[in-house]
Amino acid sequence: MIRLIAIVVSLFATTALAEKMKLAVTTSFHNSGLSDLLLPVILEDTGLEVQLLIVGTGQALRLGEAGDVDAILVHSEAAEEVFVENGFAPYRREIMYNDFVVVGPQTDPADIASADTAVDALTRIAIIKAPFVSRGDASGTHKKELFLWTSIKLDPKLFGTWYNAVGAGMGASLNTASGLGAYILTDRASWLNFANKGELDLLFEGDPILFNQYAYLPIDSKRHPHVNIQAQRLLESWLTSKRAETLINGYTVDGTNVFVFNAFR
Amino acid sequence: MVAGINLVALRAVCVKRRSKLILGPVSLDLKGSGLTIVLGPNGAGKTTFLKVLHGIERISSGSVQWSMADRSVRRTQSYVFQRPVMLRRTVRQNLAYPMKLLGQQASKIDEHVIYWANQIGLTEMLNRPATRLSGGEKQKLALGRALIRKPKILFLDEPCANLDGRSTREIETLLLSANSSGTRIIMATHDLGQSRRLATDVVFLLNGQVHEQGPAEDILCSPQTSEAKAFLKGEIVE
Amino acid sequence: MNEIWAGIVEAFRLIITLDRDLFEITLRSLQVSMSALVIACIFALPFGTWLAIRRFRFRRLTIATLNALMGLPPVVVGLIVYLLLSRSGPFGVLGLLFTPTAMIIAQVIIITPLIASLTHQAMRELWAEYHDLLISLNTTSRQRILTLIWDGRRALLTGALAGFGRAIGEVGAIMIVGGNIDHATRVLTTAIALETGKGDFALALGLGFVLIALALLVNFAIHTLSRTEQEGTW
Repeated sequence: MIRLIAIVVSLFATTALAEKMKLAVTTSFHNSGLSDLLLPVILEDTGLEVQLLIVGTGQALRLGEAGDVDAILVHSEAAEEVFVENGFAPYRREIMYNDFVVVGPQTDPADIASADTAVDALTRIAIIKAPFVSRGDASGTHKKELFLWTSIKLDPKLFGTWYNAVGAGMGASLNTASGLGAYILTDRASWLNFANKGELDLLFEGDPILFNQYAYLPIDSKRHPHVNIQAQRLLESWLTSKRAETLINGYTVDGTNVFVFNAFR
Repeated sequence: MVAGINLVALRAVCVKRRSKLILGPVSLDLKGSGLTIVLGPNGAGKTTFLKVLHGIERISSGSVQWSMADRSVRRTQSYVFQRPVMLRRTVRQNLAYPMKLLGQQASKIDEHVIYWANQIGLTEMLNRPATRLSGGEKQKLALGRALIRKPKILFLDEPCANLDGRSTREIETLLLSANSSGTRIIMATHDLGQSRRLATDVVFLLNGQVHEQGPAEDILCSPQTSEAKAFLKGEIVE
Repeated sequence: MNEIWAGIVEAFRLIITLDRDLFEITLRSLQVSMSALVIACIFALPFGTWLAIRRFRFRRLTIATLNALMGLPPVVVGLIVYLLLSRSGPFGVLGLLFTPTAMIIAQVIIITPLIASLTHQAMRELWAEYHDLLISLNTTSRQRILTLIWDGRRALLTGALAGFGRAIGEVGAIMIVGGNIDHATRVLTTAIALETGKGDFALALGLGFVLIALALLVNFAIHTLSRTEQEGTW
């Protein structure tokens, strides 16, 4: 009996040697595969164990507000500015960007491959009511998509059944798009790393409006005194270091550069 | 139990089930020693009567007064049910159970278990699951389990109803032995022969009423009431 | 069909190569669900038994409520536990969020009603059998509960294993309160959800088959250890 208890207790022993912090990131950041590359290097260089909570932008912001994480890394500038204004983070620090692309069925019924702008591409989809999958989850990607619709004065709430708001992360949404043979706005990194492409292809890219900025926001210790300030600073200085620049700029998926480092030092 | 002293007094005891009167009103006294047979045909209310005495049947009106301190009178009593309840354990564990409840020492329990297993003739079967015993063996086990705590009073409800002659004789021998060792026995049966063999006094029940009560020879040889007479002649089956 | 076959192959590959990550998350799955099971049983077994032997005014209502609680959506439980354990919540100071402890708490809440209800049903039958004898022997409530639990242990084991099955396959609640953090709170089910979300169906299925095998193994082991199928025992 005592032996059994001893075994059970030892199973719960944790390695509490490294400094730890919790970072909420978006699914698109994780799905790109970049986090798998950076985290071990961060641990090695700084002794910092970054525990990633991979959630949607909305949930990341919510966790930050509640003080359940030490920092967040998201890509939704407008929401971030509100976050800072409300005092949850002292500032936002830009780290890198990637871009959004529109993927869709190989047959491209809306012919968006020949569109000039992103807005044009989406208009063509709306006109022929081709199946479209939206994140629908208040994420950075979703907000970008909505921004595009509103700039051509279209309201997704009034769209018909061709528009599918799935309320899910990037990968899950891509799965749905793949299953439906639908168009979808996605960040390039997630797309390249996605393992279930099916009949989908990258059809539209390059419009500067599809620029996708990632920023790091440490949670304000005045609001939540328990946050790990030292770890926050450590991570921030690493993320804006030359080392990070090299790794981020050098990260490729299928031979393609996915992220561009743009932090000011 | 001192002879002649009152053991228990029932006054106007009634038992109603769903507004139907199934026993009573019953008023009688039971003395401190002897072997009482509660006699009557099936459905007379013998089981209810026994359960009232043992305190596991609620009475609708009247009173049951025991002569000993009322605090948990049940503790000095044992009850053998018409269909014996076997714990889903071995014979040994069944016998040991009542003593385990009292927190007795294992060695003392073992001693008693072996003694009583011997008394009831189940020594060979101590490690057999109790549910796999024959009817007679189960009844003997129930009896052994009832006697192992040396109860002052033992209730039995038709203990030999489904048994063959041999098992019946074995049980009756045990009962007489226990009785002469000082256990007061109150037993329900419809078997006249058994009554004659065992009873020191008789309570005759019919349709929930006590029609006669008194020393065995009086009731069994010269009954007063017509109902008792009829029953003894074999005219009442149920 | 191709995908399913790929999943089976992947499962074998993970096991045969003694994949370290697989080992880690499998162990954690077992830790969390076993702990939840033990704690849930400590509450549920006596409570379910007590409910079977006690007669009181709100008994029917209690039993109905218990059965209804079995249908609690796990993800809702997860959300509520999150709000309670969040730093902004009442128990935030304990710092339990995003730890295996939080996951255990959520799972205990989810499986306790199930085990209690199954216990109650099993004990009711046994109580009907033992009722007269145990009352006649002047047993206390505690003695009755212990006797019933011991004699009915085979049926209770089945109930407990049902609870374990529910726990080890659960994903919604522990995703929310655990956070699916790599090397900290990731378990088989949350890993499956993650890989599915990445479109890596083969790996997800592989993990799924490992999970099924694990559940079978646990059931088999417990039944063997308790010799349930042995002849002559109940």
